[in-house]
Amino acid sequence: MLLTDEKINFLTNKARENRKLVIEMLMNSGSGHTGGPLGLAEIMTSLYFGILNHEPENPSWPERDRLVVSNGHICPSLYASMAQAGYFPIEELSTLRRYDSRLQGHPERLKLPGLETTSGPLGEGLGQTLGMVLADRLDRGCGSQRFFYCLLSDGELQEGSTWEAIMSAGKEAPHNMIAIVDRNHIQIDGMTEEIMPLEPLTEKWRAFGWQAQEIDGHSFEEIFEAIGQAKAVFGRPSVIIAHTISGKGVLSWERKYEWHGKIPNVQEGKKAIEDLK
Amino acid sequence: MKINLVEKLYDLSIAQKAIRDGFGEGLLELGEKKRDVVVLTANLKESTRAERFAEKFPERFFEVGVAEQNLASVAAGLAMMGKIPFMTSFAVFSPGRNWEIIRTVICLNEANVKIIGSHAGLSVGPDGASHQMLEDIALMRVLPKMTVIVPADAEESRKATLAVAEKFGPIYLRLSRDKSPVITTLETPFEIGKALVVREAENPQVAIIACGLMVYRALMAAKKLEKEGIGCVVINSHTIKPLDQETILTIAKKTGAVVVAEEHQKFGGLGGAVAEFLTEQYPVPIEFVGVADRFGQSGSSAELLEHYGLGIDDIVEAAKKVVKRK
Repeated sequence: MLLTDEKINFLTNKARENRKLVIEMLMNSGSGHTGGPLGLAEIMTSLYFGILNHEPENPSWPERDRLVVSNGHICPSLYASMAQAGYFPIEELSTLRRYDSRLQGHPERLKLPGLETTSGPLGEGLGQTLGMVLADRLDRGCGSQRFFYCLLSDGELQEGSTWEAIMSAGKEAPHNMIAIVDRNHIQIDGMTEEIMPLEPLTEKWRAFGWQAQEIDGHSFEEIFEAIGQAKAVFGRPSVIIAHTISGKGVLSWERKYEWHGKIPNVQEGKKAIEDLK
Repeated sequence: MKINLVEKLYDLSIAQKAIRDGFGEGLLELGEKKRDVVVLTANLKESTRAERFAEKFPERFFEVGVAEQNLASVAAGLAMMGKIPFMTSFAVFSPGRNWEIIRTVICLNEANVKIIGSHAGLSVGPDGASHQMLEDIALMRVLPKMTVIVPADAEESRKATLAVAEKFGPIYLRLSRDKSPVITTLETPFEIGKALVVREAENPQVAIIACGLMVYRALMAAKKLEKEGIGCVVINSHTIKPLDQETILTIAKKTGAVVVAEEHQKFGGLGGAVAEFLTEQYPVPIEFVGVADRFGQSGSSAELLEHYGLGIDDIVEAAKKVVKRK
């Protein structure tokens, strides 16, 4: 898909706003994850403002595409995009992780309309996405126009259950299943390649029968181009390994695993929001 | 309520059939009746008796291979799209291995998934301790939103299979492998959450509450006890969660002494459920017939049930003991 300059400007502004909302949410909540959500601003913005066929005012619309967020801990970025898209008021973001909030510390489907599943424990989203695709195939056949996206962290590729699902999807070979891996190389204990190496990652997915692409996860052109390619493939599931920088947008937080599960204090947060401009 | 048990209940020639066979028959009926029913297996379609469904409705049958975690996740995804998935495996693998996935994506999500754990209990026999799941009732009973059902025989298993498809939400249905006496008939009622009084003496001194293949043993024990002048009420508590509190409270008041018999660890199963309830509502002495915090071993089903204290005489002894404690 060719993006106009106007569309790229629009998406860039939305992604910047997404990062600002994420930092504000975390300052408010007093706990949560910082690095991952900031690295996902372009991907989340692309999904909610261009890729997903959805109706925010009608979240249970049957024809919608499904987005299964397997890496539930990045939910500040997800919630921010959903609010920006109109699923709920922006003001509600300040209730993140609070008592009686719909914005639970990790996403819960039954709490917030628009979430396709409950997540947090890792390695469970891809299998659920496959289950949804299999149901869709029964109901709509192989020509279904609904697409099923699953967002995964790179750390959760260390879960055996993720590989069970990768293997299983390779067998079922659906045309409308697209996984996006947030390849930021960090996890809570350190760098992925030190904790438990994942490389050669793209080759591994291919070996399991997937079409695999590697992109710059901060480039809107590359994100939309890769989604177009993934949708064009028939008879195979698709994965997009999106290289991202954790903490992206705030220079002193970028690429630092220490910021995986740490949140900014008020001073750090205010300075970070300034830096975004 | 008329319960219409088989005529030759206490005759040694009573017909025997595996509880899992009743599930297979129920599943086939469901396949015809309900288009939304889909079946998954983790490389155990023949053993779990899902095979006939798979042959007749291949498009609604999914084989995930030896991958019980994925079995639970895929089933949840199917349920979220409106299907009624039955996920089948051995109880030790599912819900044994995949417990946290069941907790998160099936229970917390309130997904309409039916978890079928076959080959539960000591009666798996020769396969040995690694395959003899004796902790599954505890694992499932503790989960919010989960319903837990342990049918007493093949016919009740068939009815339970049909019933779980009609009830929305996560349900665990526990099955056994070996043949066991068929005590119920086509006419015997089955309702989730409604225990059955299957035998009642005129002035009962003790209640025996059982589930699964221990219901037959409880009946045999009651017959022996009555010969010795100890009147019994025998309850088939096929639904362990939600427990039929009304029936259990009534018989606890009537008898003042309870024995619980199950093919499970004494900890955390039906016995635990009954004890939790009666302790709060109407404390009476209780004796537990179950496995005493041990693993099993290889052997025939009959040998093992005797060796681990699940024999008819074990129930008799427990009943005498609890009556003395009154």
